[in-house]
Amino acid sequence: MDIFRYAIYRLFTMLLTLLVVSVLVFAIINLPPGDYLSNQIAELRSTGQTSGLAKAEFLRKEYALDRALWEQYMIWMGFMPGPQGWSGMLQGNFGWSFEFDRPVAEIVGDSLWLTVLVNLAAVLFIYLVALPLGVLAAARSKTWVDYTAAFVGYLGLATPNFLLALILFYYGNKHLNLPIGGLMDPIYEGEPMSLAKVKSILIHLIVPTFVIGTSGAAAMMQRLRANMLDELGKPYVETAIAKGMAPSKMLTKYPLRVAFNPFVADIGNLLPAMVSGSVLVSVVLGLETIGPTLLAALKTQDQFLSGFVLMFVALLTLIGTMISDILLVMLDPRIRYEGRDA
Amino acid sequence: MKPLLTVENLSIGFGSAAPVVQDVSFSIAPGQTLALVGESGSGKTITCRSVLRILPRTAQILSGAITLNGKGGPTDLLALGPRRMRDIRGNDVSMIFQEPMRSLSPLHKIGNQVSEVLWLHGRVSEAEARRKVLETFDRVGFPDPDRAYRSYPFELSGGMRQRAMIAMAMVSEPDLLIADEPTTALDVTTQAQVLGLIRDLQKDTGMAVILVTHDLGVVANMAEQVVVMHKGRIMESGAAEPLLRTPAHPYTKQLFAAAPKIPDPDTPRAGDPSQDLILQMNQVSKTYKLKASKPWQPDLLVHACRGIDLSLPRGRTLAIVGESGSGKTTAARIALGAEGPDAGGEVLFSPRPGQPPIAVHDMDRAARIAFQKQAQMVFQDPYSSLSPRMRVLDALTEPLEIHGIGTASDRRDKAAAMLSKVGLNPDMLQRYPHAFSGGQRQRLSIARALTLDPALLVCDEPTSALDVSVQDQILDLLEDIRDRMGLSYLFISHDLAVVARIADEVAVMRQGLVVEQARPEVLFHNPVHPYTKALIAAQPTPDINRPINLKLVAQGAGAPDSWPDRFRFTEQSVPGLTAIDTGHKVRCHA
Repeated sequence: MDIFRYAIYRLFTMLLTLLVVSVLVFAIINLPPGDYLSNQIAELRSTGQTSGLAKAEFLRKEYALDRALWEQYMIWMGFMPGPQGWSGMLQGNFGWSFEFDRPVAEIVGDSLWLTVLVNLAAVLFIYLVALPLGVLAAARSKTWVDYTAAFVGYLGLATPNFLLALILFYYGNKHLNLPIGGLMDPIYEGEPMSLAKVKSILIHLIVPTFVIGTSGAAAMMQRLRANMLDELGKPYVETAIAKGMAPSKMLTKYPLRVAFNPFVADIGNLLPAMVSGSVLVSVVLGLETIGPTLLAALKTQDQFLSGFVLMFVALLTLIGTMISDILLVMLDPRIRYEGRDA
Repeated sequence: MKPLLTVENLSIGFGSAAPVVQDVSFSIAPGQTLALVGESGSGKTITCRSVLRILPRTAQILSGAITLNGKGGPTDLLALGPRRMRDIRGNDVSMIFQEPMRSLSPLHKIGNQVSEVLWLHGRVSEAEARRKVLETFDRVGFPDPDRAYRSYPFELSGGMRQRAMIAMAMVSEPDLLIADEPTTALDVTTQAQVLGLIRDLQKDTGMAVILVTHDLGVVANMAEQVVVMHKGRIMESGAAEPLLRTPAHPYTKQLFAAAPKIPDPDTPRAGDPSQDLILQMNQVSKTYKLKASKPWQPDLLVHACRGIDLSLPRGRTLAIVGESGSGKTTAARIALGAEGPDAGGEVLFSPRPGQPPIAVHDMDRAARIAFQKQAQMVFQDPYSSLSPRMRVLDALTEPLEIHGIGTASDRRDKAAAMLSKVGLNPDMLQRYPHAFSGGQRQRLSIARALTLDPALLVCDEPTSALDVSVQDQILDLLEDIRDRMGLSYLFISHDLAVVARIADEVAVMRQGLVVEQARPEVLFHNPVHPYTKALIAAQPTPDINRPINLKLVAQGAGAPDSWPDRFRFTEQSVPGLTAIDTGHKVRCHA
């Protein structure tokens, strides 16, 4: 019951945070002088092309770029009616991309969910790899197991991701017949979901997951190892051994539970780091994730597109931290009973 | 009778260094208590852990044999495979550790951690395990076993946690219980109760106990057999009574000499009331607000100190004695100006005789800096109160630098002089703290406190982290520099025996109130307040004729509303501190 209340409280603070983030995002996007359209108008004027001018001027009016900044923000968010009436983010209208000359929702569309999918797969990969290896490295510290794990880990940290991607594509294709690039076989693009399509996506996911997740997994493994080593020296571990527990059970029940907290807390940080960090990888791998789109939008001051993507990343982060906070409360009674400690 | 456990010629070493345990042999009969006595580094802990083979990974058992002759017949514990060893652990032989908080997992409920012992060793259903654990909880004195079962360790007090540990060790009815300093981290009255509990349980179940301790008082109260260890070797061993009455080995004698004792009756001590007070605390109270967990509930008020009136004559030692949570440290912090008292209280400090006193909590910047020079503190834990990354020289000259006193070479000379004053060699200035032993580190912190030539030293449990023989030396040093430099001490301690030795005046605190105050010889020979009586009764002394009187402890150590009518106080009505004799004040109803 308490957890339920806590979740509602966290949801509320999350919405507040999102509001603040939206102000920041809008302000930052508008920091550089001019906007997409005024840049375009200036360019058209200097090259003497008057035909596009009318359309650009029309768009400026249509998207309220001629109004004061705060009004633009309110209209963008949907807090007040714009030239097209009540039609902002809140109403589900994400705006118009001037660069691509299409609605933002249409451009982002699939790549949004693919981004989520790729990143979730990478997070899962990180945890699945880092947990057992980290625990093992700590339990067998200063033996060949530990050293091997550390060596592989540092290799993973030190290899540039795009290089790893190229290598994996080459050998994966040569020996395992893995597909190169993309997130699904081209024949499924635009097709409705089917079993075959899901299978194709899964196979295409293997290399990207590995590439995006490796360095994260290596870093997390090292941290888990260090945390576990700290915990292994604590007296409660001795108590457990003195009870007659077998080592493997003892490790997972006691020290791992305590050492685990930072990893739960990491969920929130992993998501955005991967969205912004995987741009280069996405380009190399030919993944249609949101990273490259964001880069392009920021470069051309395509404000509605970049604004939406940034808001989306912020939302991911907030959801991630909320999940990790709620998990922490469930996992650690010391947090749950805060204030009741006598 | 056939011995339950025999340890023969045990030697343990780390790597190629000299062995830390050498040629240790002893045996213990069923139902007996054997005390393994020694100071830190004597090898007593390593020895007792080797029975269950819970040793650091780098430790190696070089030679010897450990034979357990319990439920399963004679077994050579050192030759068992890991699986058989696990069957022994927790089942035939169980163990209690020193720190009850850190020895229980903070994330699992007590009930889960205790009943796990039964699950691990099989044979019981979950319901039966639960029933058995509840029964054991009841036996070790949990008022509400059901609630304890559902509690997390951090919801229990230190004494209750140690009871949970004992329950965990007892639940499988072992043949042998190894208790490694089971009461060192506990308050003295709690210690008395826990020791009494172990003795009762032993009587009921007929298990044998190996008690590892550094405290001869605990030994005198508990043991039938004693093994004295020093630097990995057995110095002396034998039946407790003759050994404690007439120790034969010089090392044992030395331990006895160092053990602080409650003084014998009619030890006269000079003590004339002086009017030259260096520190006065008038009506000092401190209330902390604990924010309520729910917005509609009122905040909880915690009275850390209530109406404290104390005065410290120049050149004397005033001791505040109490258990953890009694408010003694808060009082000291207020005296030093680290915290302000509630409105209405004041602390007056007069740095030199004849000068008008200044109010500690109402000073301008310059006066505060001058005050900080004149009042210094010595902390409890010499291991954590010195920065491990600063050389001794830097640690000692830092106060001088902060106050801008002298040139670099002046400061250096001063630091060297301070080192020799506390009995260390000035050559040690370039070393780091890790190169010093616990006692030497405490000398360093005293030296650091002295560099500014203070008039008042606040000592917060300065010896409680030290071995008895070292404690003795540090107390000698403190007495010596007090008399030589004309210092005044405000001495905070939970240990009556230490206080009995050094103090000129003792104030006993309980729940933020001074309950009794007198000169030590008066207090120890004519204690009036039940709580003071309990504290004195609970103090283990290495005298076999003076066992802990658990009845007195139980009478006084309980909640204030369980005291006799004359002394009882509640949240609403608190009796005043009444003078019943010259210089002897007791909090009671007239």
